[in-house]
Amino acid sequence: MQLFPCPFCGPRSESEFHFGGDAGNHRPEGFRTVTDGEWTAYLYERNNPRGAANEIWMHMTCGEIFRMERDTVHHRVAQSFALGEGDGHDGMAY
Amino acid sequence: MTAWRTEGGSAIDRARSLRFTFDGRVIEGFAGDTVASALLAGGVSVLGRSFKYHRPRGLWGAGVEEPNALVDIAGDMPNTRATQALAVDGMAVRSVNADPSAEKDRHAFLDAFARFIPAAFYYKTFMVPDWHSFEPRIRQMAGLGVLDEAIQSPAFAEQINHHCDVLVVGAGPAGLLAARTAQRAGKRVLLCDDGRQVGGSLLFREGAIEGKAGADWAADVAAELAEAGALVLTGTTAFGIYDHHLVGLNQKGADGAPDRLWRVRSTSIVLATGAIERPLPFSNNDLPGIMSAEAALVYLRRFGIVAGRKVMIATNNGLAYETAQALAAAGADVTVVDYRADVPAPAGLRVLKGRTIVSATGRGAVNAVKLSDGSVLETDAVLASGGFTPSVHLYCQAQGKLDWRDDILAFVPGRPVDGVDVVGAAAGDFKLPAEIGATEGREFGIVAAWPKPNSKERVWIDLQNDVTAKDVELAVRENFVSVEHLKRYTTLGMATDQGKTSNVNGLALMAELTGRRIPEVGTTTYRPPFTPVPLASFAGARSGTRMKPLRRLPLEQQHRADGAVFRDYGGWLRPAYYGDGAPDERIQAEARAARNGVALFDGSPLGKIEVIGPDAAPFLDFIYYNTMSTLAPGRCRYGFILTEGGNVYDDGVLVRLDENRFVVSCSSSHVAGVHGLLEEWRQDRFDKRRIFIHNATAEMATLTVTGPKARALMEVLDLGIALDDTALPHMAVVSGVFEGVALRIARISFTGERSYEISVPADRAVALWARLRQAGEAFGARLLGLEALMILRAEKGYIVIGKDTDGTSRPMDFGLTAPLERKKVEFIGRRSLLTEDAALADRRQFVGLEAIDDKGLLPTGAHGIEPSSAGLRSTGYVTSSYFSPALQKPIALGLIERGLSRMGEVIELQHLRQIRRARIVSACAFDEEGSRLHA
Repeated sequence: MQLFPCPFCGPRSESEFHFGGDAGNHRPEGFRTVTDGEWTAYLYERNNPRGAANEIWMHMTCGEIFRMERDTVHHRVAQSFALGEGDGHDGMAY
Repeated sequence: MTAWRTEGGSAIDRARSLRFTFDGRVIEGFAGDTVASALLAGGVSVLGRSFKYHRPRGLWGAGVEEPNALVDIAGDMPNTRATQALAVDGMAVRSVNADPSAEKDRHAFLDAFARFIPAAFYYKTFMVPDWHSFEPRIRQMAGLGVLDEAIQSPAFAEQINHHCDVLVVGAGPAGLLAARTAQRAGKRVLLCDDGRQVGGSLLFREGAIEGKAGADWAADVAAELAEAGALVLTGTTAFGIYDHHLVGLNQKGADGAPDRLWRVRSTSIVLATGAIERPLPFSNNDLPGIMSAEAALVYLRRFGIVAGRKVMIATNNGLAYETAQALAAAGADVTVVDYRADVPAPAGLRVLKGRTIVSATGRGAVNAVKLSDGSVLETDAVLASGGFTPSVHLYCQAQGKLDWRDDILAFVPGRPVDGVDVVGAAAGDFKLPAEIGATEGREFGIVAAWPKPNSKERVWIDLQNDVTAKDVELAVRENFVSVEHLKRYTTLGMATDQGKTSNVNGLALMAELTGRRIPEVGTTTYRPPFTPVPLASFAGARSGTRMKPLRRLPLEQQHRADGAVFRDYGGWLRPAYYGDGAPDERIQAEARAARNGVALFDGSPLGKIEVIGPDAAPFLDFIYYNTMSTLAPGRCRYGFILTEGGNVYDDGVLVRLDENRFVVSCSSSHVAGVHGLLEEWRQDRFDKRRIFIHNATAEMATLTVTGPKARALMEVLDLGIALDDTALPHMAVVSGVFEGVALRIARISFTGERSYEISVPADRAVALWARLRQAGEAFGARLLGLEALMILRAEKGYIVIGKDTDGTSRPMDFGLTAPLERKKVEFIGRRSLLTEDAALADRRQFVGLEAIDDKGLLPTGAHGIEPSSAGLRSTGYVTSSYFSPALQKPIALGLIERGLSRMGEVIELQHLRQIRRARIVSACAFDEEGSRLHA
């Protein structure tokens, strides 16, 4: 069980969090003009990186969604950020 | 082995004697004895039978390393190591894998066939017809203890989450020093040790520290630590290190109490886990009476037991000499067989240098050994030391990598791991810490004494799993030369023991056989747990009904008083129906009451998520498939919520209380999911400062009055509202007052009858329910359970998400095409509805199915069938099926290909080879024009 840094609550047990997918998977806008390919990429194509990952998580106990940078190889968390704050919050480093 | 009790023994209290039975035989001991020490002192040499060959086995060790002496203690855990179980007056102990007793085991004959059942014998032999037809018999003959299912723990295992600065594992000299240093530096310290007392090797090895005897120094340091606020946990095993250095500790419960699980997160971890003595490889080295030299020292100094009369100490290193000298001083006739030729012999000891043991003999216990010079020496106890293996399990679990040290013939921690220090014997340092201890003594000076191939007789490598040198040779012959394959093929290093005593000898033999160095062979992965942890510790309180707690209604007691039969509906414990008698009759009667008179229903689990704020309306336009911003305040609208894939995720009624305030009524089992979805889009797509989401599901109870007489009943209640259909029409909502508390009344119907959903603060639910019951008497109001509600809604063709929809359902499959055609703005899943797949003509569509073959209810799940080139193919399936009390005939709903355009067609359905015939009809079987909603 790991500790994840919620930008609002600090380090908390991973069991309190819900995975929200890749960060930067922006929703293609304009349903009349979005191509099948763009929509398919948004719905189904995932990064699944080995190493540094940039992800969206929800902290279920406070309800806030945030971005977290962690490593899929050794599970170390680099930083987490509140959405829309750029680099507003220093995540915990281990 | 003819062990005997002498004087002393720091662990036992000779003033308090105790008795227990072992395989029915009475054993006497003292308070403080372990089961193992009492059996040793009581002259029991055979403590169990080996896993595979049913060889007689005695004690090898004195602690966690013991591979042989597993016992079942009546009323406690199976497969308990006798070396760690405290002897308790009156307990009944049984040997494992032995029948009727360890002494006289009926499967002992198996050993005579040992040459026919080498490693992998089972894999190769029991293949036809398949392994499973042999497995039960084999498991019965080979194996360990038996779980007594009658034993139930008196309480839950407690689970504790703990945070500290420094966690020290192991309270020997190195661990105590590390803990004291950290504590004196102001750190928050947790020190744990699997022994019952702190001190580790100081409890049985000589050595003064800071002017005190070792054991006294250990006790003083522990007292100092506790005084300063550090946690000192004895009887506590650190069994694993997990991600982010989470450490699991299992603390043995005292006096029959369950164990306790600790989840420790520490800024840094000090591993002072010590080292474990290895056996020496010689023929028949598994005979009872052959024991670890260090264990014999433990039994002497801790329990006052001398291991034998005529004792042979066999060693390839210097640490066994303390055992030799201590036993000689205690009166044993001691001979040392030192594998090293060039060592100074201590005065007063008979030492045979430069010789090795070739084989041991004896039936049931060792009685002689043959040496490499050809001599045969009689003995009743062989105390062996083949070197020491540092306990590096936790270090490796923390992603540490091992280095091989030729000077001590052992794997030791290699590259540093952030936040993890390894100290003392675990790091290969077998002397006392220099800054506190004397440096004389404890000279190691080991020479190699590895198992050799081609031995005529059997040389045991792994005592617990009955793996011999021959088995390792067989594995190599069959090319299982990777260490992980070796383990799987021979079972070397498996089971509860995890190769604590055996691994390095096995690796050394593999190295010899394959012409590699030991570090090139490598080690197997060290997996947690270090020693077995009761499943009860991991389970904690999460067992039985607490595994997945049911959500309960505020009115549960009232429903029970009314004879409700409860069932789990989407995680909520709800009345299925009320009263005794045949359930179907009760359910039909309840449904009839709602159609003919009036019924009361507890719909409290219905989702009630409030969406508040100036951007709430455009937000809900995006959330719902339907347009919601055009909804007038005080009105309600039914709608779908889709996934981004365009599939139906949830349905329900949206209530607009005022311009900027809505209530999302989602399915009761979907509340958490819908709440998460709303939050996700609020934060990710909208200005989250202009929308607020509040899940009010649990704080509000929803009580429903439904049926033709519903309005009459409502009139009596006097909730301060006008009930005429202009003030409160169908799909409208108003505020009322009950006993001074505001409540919400909505004309929303899931039965097809005129209905009033009354949402009231949960703490007023009991009072309002009582009032409804009282007022209902005059109207013959009946209580309505979930099962009857399911029938009523099915008669009307109202869907239940997840029952009448599946993961491929799209809103158009339910005939709801208007929003897709007319809605101007974006909504969740919209683009997915514009795909080729969404427009396919042969999509499964929601319809009613009327059985026309007089064979009763259509089975739920029956498939519509149609011939195709590949045989029959499914054209969809029945989703709901009931006997309709209003229509007095079976009704069914289903998802059938092109169903909406096939009204009146007859199709065949199949269920478990039974063929049924049904006509496709409208999903709404009753009151299609909806006039009863306004009646």
